[in-house]
Amino acid sequence: MAGELQFEKPLNELRQKIDELKRFGQERGIDFADEIARLELRYKSMEDELYDELSPAQKMHLARHQQRPTSLDLIQHIFTDFIELHGDRLFADDLAIVGGLAKLNGVPVTVIGHQRGKDTKDNIARFFGSPHPEGFRKALRLMQQANKFNRPIITLIDTKGAYPGNTAEERGQSEAIARNLREMAIFGVPIVCVVIGEGGSGGALALGVGNRVLMLENAIYSVISPNGAASILWKDASKADQAAEAMKITAKDLLEFGIIEEIVPEPQGGAHRDVVAQAESLKDAIWRHIQELTVMTPEQLTLDRYEKFRKIGTFSTLEDPAETADLQAPQSVNG
Amino acid sequence: MFKDLFHKKKYATIPSKNTKRDIPEGLMNKCPKCGTIQFSKELEKNLKVCPSCGHHFRMSAWERIQLIVDDGQLEEFDARMVSEDPLEFPGYAAKLEQQKKNSGLLDGVITGQGAIGGFPVILAVMSFDFFSGSMGSVVGEKITRAIETAMDRDLPLLIFSTSGGARMQESILSLMQMAKTSAALAKFQSAGGLYISVLTDPTMGGVSASFAMLGDYNLAEPAALVGFAGRIVIEQTIRQKLPDNFQTAEFNMQHGQIDKVVHRKELKQMLTKLLDMHTVREDAVHGG
Repeated sequence: MAGELQFEKPLNELRQKIDELKRFGQERGIDFADEIARLELRYKSMEDELYDELSPAQKMHLARHQQRPTSLDLIQHIFTDFIELHGDRLFADDLAIVGGLAKLNGVPVTVIGHQRGKDTKDNIARFFGSPHPEGFRKALRLMQQANKFNRPIITLIDTKGAYPGNTAEERGQSEAIARNLREMAIFGVPIVCVVIGEGGSGGALALGVGNRVLMLENAIYSVISPNGAASILWKDASKADQAAEAMKITAKDLLEFGIIEEIVPEPQGGAHRDVVAQAESLKDAIWRHIQELTVMTPEQLTLDRYEKFRKIGTFSTLEDPAETADLQAPQSVNG
Repeated sequence: MFKDLFHKKKYATIPSKNTKRDIPEGLMNKCPKCGTIQFSKELEKNLKVCPSCGHHFRMSAWERIQLIVDDGQLEEFDARMVSEDPLEFPGYAAKLEQQKKNSGLLDGVITGQGAIGGFPVILAVMSFDFFSGSMGSVVGEKITRAIETAMDRDLPLLIFSTSGGARMQESILSLMQMAKTSAALAKFQSAGGLYISVLTDPTMGGVSASFAMLGDYNLAEPAALVGFAGRIVIEQTIRQKLPDNFQTAEFNMQHGQIDKVVHRKELKQMLTKLLDMHTVREDAVHGG
């Protein structure tokens, strides 16, 4: 089966058996209806069991699935009248980020997303969805445009991270990301961000400073790719599955940490199993948040976004008996 | 025989008694760039700059404060804030304790108010000797509070950065500190606040991709490494050797990323000048 993941193998083997039995029955004119019904039941329960309790590593594999819907796939189904706009006006048009104008239920919005390639050739042109500075600067230009014309901004996050290359460094990869973080913080329009696949590090966050941040059920979001973490921590990139467990990268974890506002459910087996249904449920969620935010003034929107990020972090303050004068009570702020 | 002249004689190497003479720990220092060995005291007198090649050694936060702040006097903020282990990440709690012991610091940044050349300023000074200066919740929170204090007290803000990047062991919480600090800067800077960023060796990853590159003025010490992705990662990606000066302060200035490379000996003077440029004196405006 195309795009089969390791952990799905037993399920797919059972599916093959059922199909074989059906074919065999037809060819020989034997009635296996009871047997097939029994196997279908077993298949269903196996499927439920498998997908209800996916491990972080299994989710990571689903988030990176080659058939997982990309930003352009989802944009096509969620919005109408999409007009793609190109370039940062400074250097180039980075195809690792797409963006432009579109209508959401008839309302003009600006939509921007990381764009992975559909095949090898496409992936090379799009640097596997890893932006250069010009990509972040294109995104910033489109967001500034949205801010000027008072359009809500919707971003779709799906990248392993900013492109690690010499030309990216020469053109200011750090500055480009940093500037997006700073500017996104003070726009006076609603910003809704959705992690649709992999949210990798600063390259993801550069599109991620929103009033609301949502994640698809099997999407992941972390400070460094589990592969990178494994090679730093254990000098072994193949221990990515272990790192995925330790790093708390799933939508459920991030909801608990207060980083995201909502988990958007995926069709059983992942978003790629039913792209249209996925787009439909995501559209509903985005629309709900946009409606809630549209009633706010620009000042309220900026403050709302500031406060969301301001409270993130976990720390405490040591008591020092020698300094009782200016002693603060131990505190723990958990965003 | 004549032929024997062309035969190399073989000598055994006997280590000299003198070569293995033990150098007491901390008394002498070897420059990693030119190899010159010098007394640590001499090096410190020279502001931790190698007298023969000009290599800038890394400085801890308190050394930096002694160097830059008038009389080394700092009204420290949040001095007792410490990291938690929100993810219960394998080995993190133990590593924190070890880092505290080794560095004598509670986390990777010291913040407070002091004066530079007589100008009162809010400072945040990072220390590479604590957890490679990595940014977790404590670094992010202390820097954000320093920015907010600069805003409340209407004072200039100076951040001395040195960091390997975001702290992996706090995963997504670390990543979000980039957004938090940058958002605080957005508020401060759009309200007219002055922020001078001094990038010191090395400033990488999540720190360079947030507050460190957002100065109204970005200064850097000579040869300081400043960049987003590390050299090894890039070399593996592009499968090419990178030039020796890649990501140095000079390289960054050449590519338009920083305003100025400033030698450590001239740093305090340069900061004082910049602060002075932003001070409108009553007598200068109204004076005859």
